Amino acid sequence: MAHIDINAEKGTSLWEDAWRRLKKNRLALFGLGVLVLFVVSALLTPWIAPYAYDAQNLDLGATPPSAQHWLGTDIFGRDLLTQIMYGGRISLAVGFVATAVALVIGVTWGAVAGYIGGRVDAVMMRIVDILYALPFMIFIVLLMVVFGRNLLLLFLAIGAVEWLTMARIMRGQVQALRKQEFVEAAISLGLSPMTIIRRHLVPNALGPIIVYTTLTIPSVMLLEAFLSFLGLGIQPPKTSWGLLISYGAETMEEYPWLLIFPGLALTTTLFALNFLGDGLRDALDVRRSAD
Amino acid sequence: MTSPLLRLISITLLACLTACTGGESKVEQGNREGVLHYGNGSEPQGLDPHVVTGVPENKIIRSLFEGLAVKNPYTLEPEPGVAESWDISEDGKTITFHLNPKARWSNGDTVTASDYVWSWHRALNPNMGNQYAYMLYPLVNAEAYATGKLEDPNEVGVKAVDDHTLVVSLNAPTPYFIQLMDHYSTFAVHPETVTKHGGATDRFTPWTRVENMVSNGPFVLTEWKLNRYIRIEKNPLYWNADNVKLNAVIFYPTENLTSEERMFRAGQLHHTNEVPLDKLPVYKAMPKSPLVQAPYLGTYYYLLNTDRAPLDDVRVRKALSMAVDRDTLVSTVLQGAYVSAYSITPPDTLGYYPPKTFGYDPNKARALLAEAGYPNGENWPGLELTYNTSENHRKVAVAIQQMWKDVLNIEVTLANQEWKVYLDSVNQMNFQIARRGWIGDYVDPNNFLDLFISGGGNNNTGYSNPEYDDIILRRAPSAPTRDERYSLFREAETMLMESMPIIPIYTYTSKHLTHPSVKGMPSNLMDSLNIRYVWLDPSETLELE
Amino acid sequence: MWRFIIGRLLQAIPVIFIVITATFFLVRAAPGGPFDAEKAVIPEVKAALERQYRLDLPIHEQYIAYLVDLSQGDLGPSFKYPGRTINELIESGLPATAELGAYALLIAVIIGSLAGIAAALRPNTLQDYIPMSMAMIGICMPTFLLGPILVLIFGIHLDWLPVSGWGDIPGDKLMPSITLGAAYAAYVARLSRAGMLEVLSQDYIRTARAKGLPEWQVVLKHGLRGGMLPVVAFLGPAFAGLLAGSFVVETIFQIPGLGRFYVQAAFNRDYTMILGTTVFLSTLIVLFNLLSDIVAAWLNPRLRAQLSE
Repeated sequence: MAHIDINAEKGTSLWEDAWRRLKKNRLALFGLGVLVLFVVSALLTPWIAPYAYDAQNLDLGATPPSAQHWLGTDIFGRDLLTQIMYGGRISLAVGFVATAVALVIGVTWGAVAGYIGGRVDAVMMRIVDILYALPFMIFIVLLMVVFGRNLLLLFLAIGAVEWLTMARIMRGQVQALRKQEFVEAAISLGLSPMTIIRRHLVPNALGPIIVYTTLTIPSVMLLEAFLSFLGLGIQPPKTSWGLLISYGAETMEEYPWLLIFPGLALTTTLFALNFLGDGLRDALDVRRSAD
Repeated sequence: MTSPLLRLISITLLACLTACTGGESKVEQGNREGVLHYGNGSEPQGLDPHVVTGVPENKIIRSLFEGLAVKNPYTLEPEPGVAESWDISEDGKTITFHLNPKARWSNGDTVTASDYVWSWHRALNPNMGNQYAYMLYPLVNAEAYATGKLEDPNEVGVKAVDDHTLVVSLNAPTPYFIQLMDHYSTFAVHPETVTKHGGATDRFTPWTRVENMVSNGPFVLTEWKLNRYIRIEKNPLYWNADNVKLNAVIFYPTENLTSEERMFRAGQLHHTNEVPLDKLPVYKAMPKSPLVQAPYLGTYYYLLNTDRAPLDDVRVRKALSMAVDRDTLVSTVLQGAYVSAYSITPPDTLGYYPPKTFGYDPNKARALLAEAGYPNGENWPGLELTYNTSENHRKVAVAIQQMWKDVLNIEVTLANQEWKVYLDSVNQMNFQIARRGWIGDYVDPNNFLDLFISGGGNNNTGYSNPEYDDIILRRAPSAPTRDERYSLFREAETMLMESMPIIPIYTYTSKHLTHPSVKGMPSNLMDSLNIRYVWLDPSETLELE
Repeated sequence: MWRFIIGRLLQAIPVIFIVITATFFLVRAAPGGPFDAEKAVIPEVKAALERQYRLDLPIHEQYIAYLVDLSQGDLGPSFKYPGRTINELIESGLPATAELGAYALLIAVIIGSLAGIAAALRPNTLQDYIPMSMAMIGICMPTFLLGPILVLIFGIHLDWLPVSGWGDIPGDKLMPSITLGAAYAAYVARLSRAGMLEVLSQDYIRTARAKGLPEWQVVLKHGLRGGMLPVVAFLGPAFAGLLAGSFVVETIFQIPGLGRFYVQAAFNRDYTMILGTTVFLSTLIVLFNLLSDIVAAWLNPRLRAQLSE
């Protein structure tokens, strides 16, 4: 995210201010704590996971949670907790990186189109329309054939589709803000467009952007599973939350724990993200800081 | 925008009322009215017997049309259809079919021998692009005509002597030819109907639409709602109509296995096309289980690309095959849904039992791998196993990957591919190991063993053995008796498994949920439905406890 | 206003043209063709099939031939369903998908925006937490999960509603509509809450409040206008995206819709169907994004000037 130093003249940076306010928001801190916990355990998984991720015990098969396997085992007799921990590595990486790609492209694209308007806007938004309409699946299959299978490609492919709605939302916000007095004032002061976008437009549009970002992360994690089915994503025995959830959905009646626990991992992440997101939005609220 | 909402609300109320008052389910209503609700897997591509290729199409077409001979669903032996009887000449190369004079098209026309001549010319015509044209290749000159090497269809070995006598000349004795008469690619179509709606050899004519179709089977097409259902009703003009017990059948394109199983539980289907694997233990545990499971004429196997190192070494191929513990795989991950296989031909293919040349043998597998230069997996160059995306293929691959690691200490990576990408990889031989399944088109070992002749279109392994080709192409077809023929096949199959260009894994089974009211629908090796035998007994009820 | 709309419709022509062209060549570059099947097709048969679908022509001639047909409204024959045209198949699938999509969006907009506005009026209270938690669960609950769960509860255990079908048994449209609508409702709820919060802290709202207007008037007259902008921006593509999004629901509930054609066509490499549905989809996207921009302008007087430019 761009560095926003709108309050620089007051002597404290926006970020310091925001952090001070964020610290007061318990829910947001809780969300942050959960996310940090997840990320750290993902990083440490190879050392702290209770079992090897590919260790099978076919004769054991799928068993409900027990003392040996806290979250139970899947049909291969593999430990579900281990699967979720390893899956988290992939899902969190995909979720954050692909969303970051989408965020950067989408916000920039939407802000520029909305701010400049006219023909530039028309061309930029029609490009967005075109990308919406292209058959995504064929595009993915081609990507895979041309570049082979790799994780970086997966991030780019997902980022490349998820930025479109982000751009539309940003553009709508910028168009609405542009005609407001404080922006008109900034223009008349002769500030450069990039400065205006950075200092006045992005901060004022943060609410919907943060919300859409927090919504994008889980949908990206689920999209990853679909791409894996097309052959682009990760391959068994490696796994991810999205894949665990899709497998679990198939057997929700017989082995409900295989759906519930990966689902909980994803839901917890989303809740944490939203608490943090809402907290960030309030903390970064430029208007409130002027109070 | 409020009216759809109001409608939605009123519909909901209505639904709750009918449901809460215990409305009659489709199955109960069907039992009362003699209407079978049949889960059929997917929407048929079409209903022209000379155009389509799939199993769902097969079930519908064989209810609408009737071949010269029909399979008995209990024995799979041919019994009279349009032909009352047939004679086979001494040398086995000429077959004379005597058509039933009572056989009628659904518009009242008589089914004649010349209808067959016309239809077979159509089925073979290169412009049809009929993928099953090869079913008629045993006929003299059929292959030459179908591949455009011969212009005149009248040189093909099928002649109408009179309205009710059809004489067929074969290249060689073809013991399974009568069986092929129940395959839809050999069915007759009504020439005037086809030509009324387009060219005789045009794939795109609307003659199979409800309002146009004329057929000669026990049922006629009455309703076709795309992706919803196809309804067929009893054909009063069918020669054997007295023995047709159902009044109507409704085929549903049940693509989603889980949904299909739920439709069955909710009383919307009499019969499901499939059963999700993970449901099998639940259904097996029921005292009055609706689960019907039977061996199916198909083999699941891995193709080994014998052109690429390290699979160019037969010892590596054998080591891989012997390290797979099929019994454990089948009984655990696959929930006992299939049967371990050690050969390409399924057991009891019309009396043929394949040789078992090897078994699960970890020690021998390790020894073979060491001999090939990879003792305990040292120097192993790595291998990739390709399969198309599907829950079952994944399960098998993940389990086998681990077996190879445990037994041989080698790494094999998995690569799942989208269906058409996978097909492309297999056709281009752009893989090291690839999963494959083969479902027989007719009950004969030949249908499996001729896959691996040199350069065969479905060989896909690079396996080539002149001796093997000689048995399959020359010696077996001219063997005088079934026993001698089968012993030649066993010889060939032993030869094949000694080279191990494939790793057989399991023999398929057919799995259905069938409501207890459905009678006369026995399971058989072909999973063949003969709708004429089916009837409903309303006194039977389903107990799912 | 009219000039704006006509201008945008004119812009649609190059958009759709580029989409068609790109799709035409993309699908032909993808590995695997429409005639590849598990059992290898005999070369002569394959050649005959290719001839019938003009696939034997050089690719630029195929492209021109396709454009010529398209200009006459002919989307060509289907590969997957020989004997049927793409026009016919789209016509057969459209009513169910359109109806399903309309119900789903109605549910999404009504429930989603009510929840979002309620939450925004009393942020960080129960009135906020309850609907927002539901929304977040809704987002984590993809349709392939929600559908089967609803079926298990209401179709099997309670036996209130039919488990599948579309217009066959009374009430069979309810579960699919809710399943498809739920995910969108969750998005709408989150976005409308965010949008409303953003607007309610703006100066002009404070001015309105300072003037002593009743709170409901402030919310309805001023708040909604700006607050729904993100929702409107989201709904444009979302509506068009229902075509692909309804695939899962259509499969679970056996609905004879267009979504199944759209997704299966890509899997089958059914070239004409991919192109046909893509042409259709791109038209929808252009129209709904236009509609969404018009609604946005109507909601926000500051944007109206742009329409008359």
